[in-house]
Amino acid sequence: MAGLTLKGVRKAYGTIAVIHGVDLAIADGEFIVFVGPSGCGKSTLLRIIAGLEEVTDGEIAIDGLDVTRVPASDRGLAMVFQSYALYPHMSVYKNMAFALENMGLARSEIDARVRRAAAMLRLTEYVERKPKALSGGQRQRVAIGRAIVRDPKIFLLDEPLSNLDAELRVATRKELAALHAEIGGTMIYVTHDQVEAMTMADRIVVLRGGRIEQVGTPLDLYNRPDNLFVAGFIGSPRMNLLPVQVVSPGLVRLSEASEPIKVTTGSLAAGASATLGVRPEHIALAAEGADLALTIDLVEQLGGDTYFYGSAPGLPQITVRQNGQALRGRGEALPVRFEPAHLHLFDAEGAAVRPGR
Amino acid sequence: MKPIQLLRARRRSGRWHWTDIAAYAYLGLGVVLMFGPVVWLVLSSFKTQASLLEFPPSLLPLSQQEVRVQGFPQPLPLFAATLDNGERRELAQVRRIGLIAQMIDPADPKQQYRVPTAKLAPVRHLSFVTANYTEPLQKFAFTRYLWNSVFVTTIATLITLLINSMAAYALSIYEFRGKTVAMLMVIGTLMIPITIILVPVYLVVTKLGLVNSLWAVILPGAATPTGVFLLRQYMLTLPRDLIEAARMDKASEWQIYWRIVMPLAAPALAVLAIFSIMWRWNEFLWPLAVLTKSESFTLQIGLNAFQGELQTQWNYLLAMTVVSLIPVALVFVFLQRFIATGIANTGMK
Repeated sequence: MAGLTLKGVRKAYGTIAVIHGVDLAIADGEFIVFVGPSGCGKSTLLRIIAGLEEVTDGEIAIDGLDVTRVPASDRGLAMVFQSYALYPHMSVYKNMAFALENMGLARSEIDARVRRAAAMLRLTEYVERKPKALSGGQRQRVAIGRAIVRDPKIFLLDEPLSNLDAELRVATRKELAALHAEIGGTMIYVTHDQVEAMTMADRIVVLRGGRIEQVGTPLDLYNRPDNLFVAGFIGSPRMNLLPVQVVSPGLVRLSEASEPIKVTTGSLAAGASATLGVRPEHIALAAEGADLALTIDLVEQLGGDTYFYGSAPGLPQITVRQNGQALRGRGEALPVRFEPAHLHLFDAEGAAVRPGR
Repeated sequence: MKPIQLLRARRRSGRWHWTDIAAYAYLGLGVVLMFGPVVWLVLSSFKTQASLLEFPPSLLPLSQQEVRVQGFPQPLPLFAATLDNGERRELAQVRRIGLIAQMIDPADPKQQYRVPTAKLAPVRHLSFVTANYTEPLQKFAFTRYLWNSVFVTTIATLITLLINSMAAYALSIYEFRGKTVAMLMVIGTLMIPITIILVPVYLVVTKLGLVNSLWAVILPGAATPTGVFLLRQYMLTLPRDLIEAARMDKASEWQIYWRIVMPLAAPALAVLAIFSIMWRWNEFLWPLAVLTKSESFTLQIGLNAFQGELQTQWNYLLAMTVVSLIPVALVFVFLQRFIATGIANTGMK
């Protein structure tokens, strides 16, 4: 179990830079999720930590020890690959025992560790099988088992759930969280699925284009996104982002005709354009005093919740979430009011505008 | 599918379509073309030297029947003779003078006949001359040749598999400067025929004092560009994740090679093994150049020894050719399931 520090990590393939200086400190026992759209460098960053890719510049330290030039095999980390990378010619038992044999452990110790991991992952019946004879979920557990037996300093997981079907993914997600609670190791988990990130992470690292956009607890990111990208990426359905103009300090409006909306404008000057962010659940239906009148384009009834997709002239489509089953149909008018306590404002560069800034 | 079902397979069960007949005819022709010469070779290897040179040739190993007749120390050849009165009898030939043969009845040796040779037809029966096999194996050092061939083939194939796979591993798994150049040079050597390098390699072998040693046959051909290329192409298709997973599992490079890559490259290794066995077993020119003493002959060189300047002992030559075919045939029988899949995977023909 160990902490990890990245200092100014850069990676370039020839002249193409993919990681532009990442600084990150991960505490012992934390469950960290790297999340971002495809091509954001999250997998590359994980492989750099693993030692499978060399850094172009920067420093990596595990437990305070510089491991930047230490090969993958000597870093004491375990990795679960997206493809699982189970050795197809070895049985489940051999797959799990391989690393332990390489570490030079005694037979009895290897056997004890493999049996314990197999029991923990409900694989005891399958230890003599080859990976080919296992289902997707079982293979996934073997891959995790292979990491667990080694008792590594840090677990690295590269989109481990992406090859499972939706139902199994949810189940395995819970199991992984339970496993982390049980063995308590430091885990770094890469995914492009923000739901996985929200549900499992102690802290989320949002990456885009090889840069860290924001680091924080799931609710931090949800409640106080630092910028437009994080605001749009975290949360499902995504936050409504509406172009506004600052009228005066503390007031913005959507268009010339509409009512001004109260929101912290920070140091933005009057007349500056900005983006107003409001999550679907923070838009209330208003009988009177509405901020905006929408026309319903589409209604999605999920039973527990209802989503309205509405439009207003000159604005992008707006999603509204209502608890329960609201009986309104397509084409009806939907007067809405934004909850003032949950509004986000972003300046022209996309950075969040916070009080006192 | 059982063999009998296979032989009766048709497009639609129970009915003969003309395509069925065409398919069977075509396949039958293929069997005859492919298998006919082999069958003829095997059958001919049981013939006597005399019946091999006979015209018209016969497919089966027939030889003239002989009988022992009282009063004659040697067995006499038996003929079906048509007598003057038109009667047909089986008579033994005592001697032949010009066109007239002196015959006797084996049942009644006192009775003698004079029959024109045109009226005689030899009585023949099926007989397998196993002496074609046993004699060379006893008289000549054929078991020695066989052993030499087996030794050369086995050791050379093992060395070939080992060093070719190591080269292929480096050329497929590692990234290093000059990798492409190294690969191109390996491929480039494919274009140099053995006849060009025969003399230089011979000089090297002589300087190393290896002439007449089996190692002179084994070592020069151990690294084959074909093998390196074949294995490299196959190893390139192995998922990189597996090698990285092994690296994460603290495996050394040697362990990755030996415990991960080699087992996974088994189909390609099998193909290369088959080819190496065939090449080595049938190799002729190079062993002929470096092996001059008969105790170090391989089978192919030994076979050559039957072909004299004036006379060729066809019966021995054919019999020993059959012997030399058996191991390769066995290799095919046991490894044939790898051949189809392996060749399909590696793109080699």
